[in-house]
Amino acid sequence: MATRLVEVQKLKKWFPIKGGVFSTTVASVRAVDEVSFFIDQGETLSLVGESGSGKTTTGRTMLKLLQPTSGKIIYKGKDISKLTPNQMRPLRRNMQIMFQDPYGSLNPRMPVGDIIREPLDVHSIGTRKERQQAVATMMETVGLRPEYERRYPHEFSGGQRQRIGVARAIIINPELLVLDEPISALDVSIQSQIINLLQELQQRLNLTYLFIAHDLAVVRHMSDRVAVMYLGKIVETADNDELFDHPFHPYTQALLSAVPVPDPDVKRERIILQGDVPSPINPPSGCHFRTRCPYAMPICKEQEPAMIEVAPGHTVACHLLTRK
Amino acid sequence: MSPFETEVQLAGSGPESYFSMVIRRLLKHKLAVISLGILISILIFCFVVPLFFKYEPTYSDFSYLYGSPNSRYLFGTDNLGHDTFTRLMYGGRISLIVGFSAAILPIIFGIIVGAFAGYYGGVLDNILMRITDAFLSVPSFPIYMALAKVMGQGVINIILVFSFLGWMVDARLVRGMFLSLKENEYAEAAKAIGVSNLRIMFRHLLPNAMAPILVSVTLTVGGAILSEAGLSFLGLGVPSSTPTWGNMLTNAQQDIFIAPRLVIWPGIMIFITVLSFNFLGDGLRDAMDPRLKL
Ligand SMILES: Nc1ncnc2c1ncn2[C@@H]1O[C@H](COP(=O)(O)OP(=O)(O)O)[C@@H](O)[C@H]1O
Ligand SMILES: [Mg+2]
Repeated sequence: MATRLVEVQKLKKWFPIKGGVFSTTVASVRAVDEVSFFIDQGETLSLVGESGSGKTTTGRTMLKLLQPTSGKIIYKGKDISKLTPNQMRPLRRNMQIMFQDPYGSLNPRMPVGDIIREPLDVHSIGTRKERQQAVATMMETVGLRPEYERRYPHEFSGGQRQRIGVARAIIINPELLVLDEPISALDVSIQSQIINLLQELQQRLNLTYLFIAHDLAVVRHMSDRVAVMYLGKIVETADNDELFDHPFHPYTQALLSAVPVPDPDVKRERIILQGDVPSPINPPSGCHFRTRCPYAMPICKEQEPAMIEVAPGHTVACHLLTRK
Repeated sequence: MSPFETEVQLAGSGPESYFSMVIRRLLKHKLAVISLGILISILIFCFVVPLFFKYEPTYSDFSYLYGSPNSRYLFGTDNLGHDTFTRLMYGGRISLIVGFSAAILPIIFGIIVGAFAGYYGGVLDNILMRITDAFLSVPSFPIYMALAKVMGQGVINIILVFSFLGWMVDARLVRGMFLSLKENEYAEAAKAIGVSNLRIMFRHLLPNAMAPILVSVTLTVGGAILSEAGLSFLGLGVPSSTPTWGNMLTNAQQDIFIAPRLVIWPGIMIFITVLSFNFLGDGLRDAMDPRLKL
């Protein structure tokens, strides 16, 4: 039986929009709207959805880099959602994040050795010499030459910078790592190198991943389970194979139809979604996806679909399930 | 095969720190290089040359008042028989010390106020910026006069007065920088690691705000030298017995027709120094902006 590392319950993150003379809240960006999922120790949960669906916000709120509006974040059985930033600081050792942007996420005025060493400095781990040694070892582990330690981020390529980002995230031995689209800014030729590195590290260090991606193509190689997100809601969750073989939600099917099929005998119809993602400030009533759904029914407008388990571990929120 | 098989060649030509990049680019800026040369010469003139020179600035040759330049007194003497050359050197010391101190103290204060306001935002930002606005609305001139009366004239006092009334522009500059810098993902990354707010502010963000701060300091040095001259001229600055370039100008004003060179020398020193600081500031600004092709 796998142990649960983290569980998120009805997590909500609304960004208030201030306006008017007295700067009152006039509206909210419902970036994450009652999202629930869990991740077991050592597994990879992929969070997939178009850009703007709230994946980054989910990841950051789960790590308490953003204060949740409501909901619970249960880390190893303990609710951390209400902890203050100071109470969170010691826990940061256990949960790390790797960012999407290889350029913005590294301080341009810091040599990479200092960047990688900083987590050790901050948590006072080891002596000065031990830290220095750890940095060299870590640089080698992620495929960077330790001699480059005094160089600045702008001297490295995008792929190398992501390696620096990985090194910084794992040097303190975290348990949980949020990977926020770690390869989407990289050349295709580099992407697989970073994916291989991440998989290798997961094996070796028994890491647990929340892997965020905007399409399903990479996800298949990476994940144990997949959660599909649309406009602040998770619409479908399933084991990797189950999701790819039996996608239920029309949105999942659309995402899946965009993935190139390696086997030319298997024909898959490409579903092109109509229109744009609606604004999370004023999302559609009922099911958020209904404005772009080819199967939209009257009930979709009136009622938000409930999460229903269609197979063990496979949950879907769609009115098609209850139609009769 | 090396364990770094996946590695691509480094993007840059070799290790170049930000500092050496700035120097390299600054050296391409002709006016700034000339200005830097002039400023270094002036520093040597004021701080090193007097060590090897025979006169004290207070030495008076009463047999040679308003003396023309000769081999003993290279730039002549003033109404009290002081050697102008010596007094230019010692006066420059005070003027430059006032200039540097009056630029560095307010920038330190401005950095602290601006960093907290910009980083934390919200209520703290509001309070700090309203205080800044209040200070900006203080008519500085009457305050100079009042403070000079209360605290007395003196080098330290004038530095304190300049600092007291000079930090606001720096605070606003730094606040603006911090407002945008804190949105950088590396600030978020630092937070994710568990870095404290203070360390994020001063170890991560401040180095990235240094370019405009340094430019501002450079320009302020020139400005402070000018202000010192102005205040001394009005009898509010450094006591007139202490030689500064401003005081030399002041003392020479009634003699402008008898001995115009007594006005011209300190005037030229102030002019050249301030101008050089301004050119250097411009050069630094360009050199520190990597987006600008030089
Ligand atoms: N700090 C913020 N303030 C206001 N709105 C935000 C903020 N961060 C994200 N959003 C909004 O929340 C929504 C979800 O964003 P994000 O989590 O970045 O999505 P994704 O990572 O899936 O692309 C977007 O509409 C975005 O504009
Ligand atoms: Mg994102």
